[in-house]
Amino acid sequence: MIELDNVSYGHNGTALFSQLSLTLAPGSFQFLTGPSGAGKTTLLRLCYADLRAQKGKTRLFGQDASTLDRDGVAMSRRRIGVVHQDCQFIDHLSVAENIALPLTVAGRVSEAAGNLKELLSWVGLGPQSGRLPPELSGGERQRAALARAVIMSPDVIIADEPTGNVDWEMSQRLLSLLVELNRMGKTVLIATHDLNIIRSLKSDVDARVLRLKDGQLTTAGSVL
Amino acid sequence: MKGLLDLIVGDPQADRVVPPTGVTARLTIFVSAVMAFLAIIALALSLSTGRVADRWAEELAQAATLRLPADPEQADAQLAKALEILETTPGVASTRALTNEEQQALLEPWFGTDLPLDTLPIPQLVEIIADEPAYDPEGLQARLTAEIPGVVLDDHATWRDPLLAAAGRVRLIGWAVILLIGASVAAMITLAAHASLAANAQVVRVLRLVGARDVYIARAFVRRYTLRAGLGAIAGVVLALIVLQILPDGGGFFAEVGFDGAGWIWPLMIPLLAAIVAFFATRAAAIARLREQT
Repeated sequence: MIELDNVSYGHNGTALFSQLSLTLAPGSFQFLTGPSGAGKTTLLRLCYADLRAQKGKTRLFGQDASTLDRDGVAMSRRRIGVVHQDCQFIDHLSVAENIALPLTVAGRVSEAAGNLKELLSWVGLGPQSGRLPPELSGGERQRAALARAVIMSPDVIIADEPTGNVDWEMSQRLLSLLVELNRMGKTVLIATHDLNIIRSLKSDVDARVLRLKDGQLTTAGSVL
Repeated sequence: MKGLLDLIVGDPQADRVVPPTGVTARLTIFVSAVMAFLAIIALALSLSTGRVADRWAEELAQAATLRLPADPEQADAQLAKALEILETTPGVASTRALTNEEQQALLEPWFGTDLPLDTLPIPQLVEIIADEPAYDPEGLQARLTAEIPGVVLDDHATWRDPLLAAAGRVRLIGWAVILLIGASVAAMITLAAHASLAANAQVVRVLRLVGARDVYIARAFVRRYTLRAGLGAIAGVVLALIVLQILPDGGGFFAEVGFDGAGWIWPLMIPLLAAIVAFFATRAAAIARLREQT
């Protein structure tokens, strides 16, 4: 699905990580953890081609990301659902319109009506569908972002601290939605610094836990 | 054609992604209206100048003036001889000796109305209208001079040519003004589109993240600016035509200012041209800005 092969990236001449490799196999569930500032968000952005690797290769669905033009990147992103910590909505559009946005930009508006109702119900946002994003609570925003990420039925779902702004109960609800999606065959990568939410899911999903620290990506296990 | 139809009809869903209001929208309409107004006035002046100059040049090209020597004793004989030569010259359609009253009217601007014409040695003037093909002016001058020494044939070339050159320059200035106005519209729309894209950076970022292609994002901006420029230009054209209608004519040049015949195509073309300029300016600005922004 997505493959980073000996990838290096840094800011202002300082390497954030170098020669880092990561493979998101189809149907896999992976957590990416590590301290704040370790580069988790940067790594995720490399995965959905929002950034380009300074060295090494990034392959999206078998294609070398460095050879993709802007349209090519856009088309790849339609196969990747992204949930940001700060959600990022278009504030003058309703929740329903924001969630349907990936279908709208893909010219598949006719599919939106059916999918949207089902999806709003799945994330429990039916009554809020006509409201504007600034009127939603943190948890509602996260659920709306998740609904938007999955409305195109993407192959991969990448979530950056999806539980960062919500309480424990809501975080469990959001994670269970992601587990449900993984059971439907979707590849899931979640970046989080909260080990408790990883521990809480250990019995529900066969997840690999990756730890990014000091520019190195390692597989964590017993320490969790 | 389908692209144009798509642009006019638009995609309501795509249009909604860009916030509908903003100061740039009103400025675009206003500037487009002002530019269209100026373009119409410039075109009307340019086309009218051309028309008047063409008419004058045509009249001058057909007519020539023969001036006989101011010799009261031989005036009648010289006039008869001159008319005889002219009547037998191929290419001369008609000739007519100006009456005393007509000659006096010509001199009035310089000497006033109480000029005693009969007591002054005023040269007799003969109006010559050329046929098609016209006579050879040099040959005619030579024949006349041989019979009537001191006669002068003025075919008006000495002041028709500068008049034509001046009219040509006025027309050129008119078109240069139109080009400058077009360039100003393009520059203004480009600035407005850049400002609008910068103000909507978050919208653009979200659209890119959910897989929108540049052309999709650009289209929402392009359609708006194209329609705004077109609508503003229509308002400017209508206002300019009203102003041209209410210009005081007074029988002078201002009576000629306006559009005539095929020239009426321009008031129809200006909004279309404004929209085309806006379309390409916004598209180029949007694509460039998107590449910088995301």
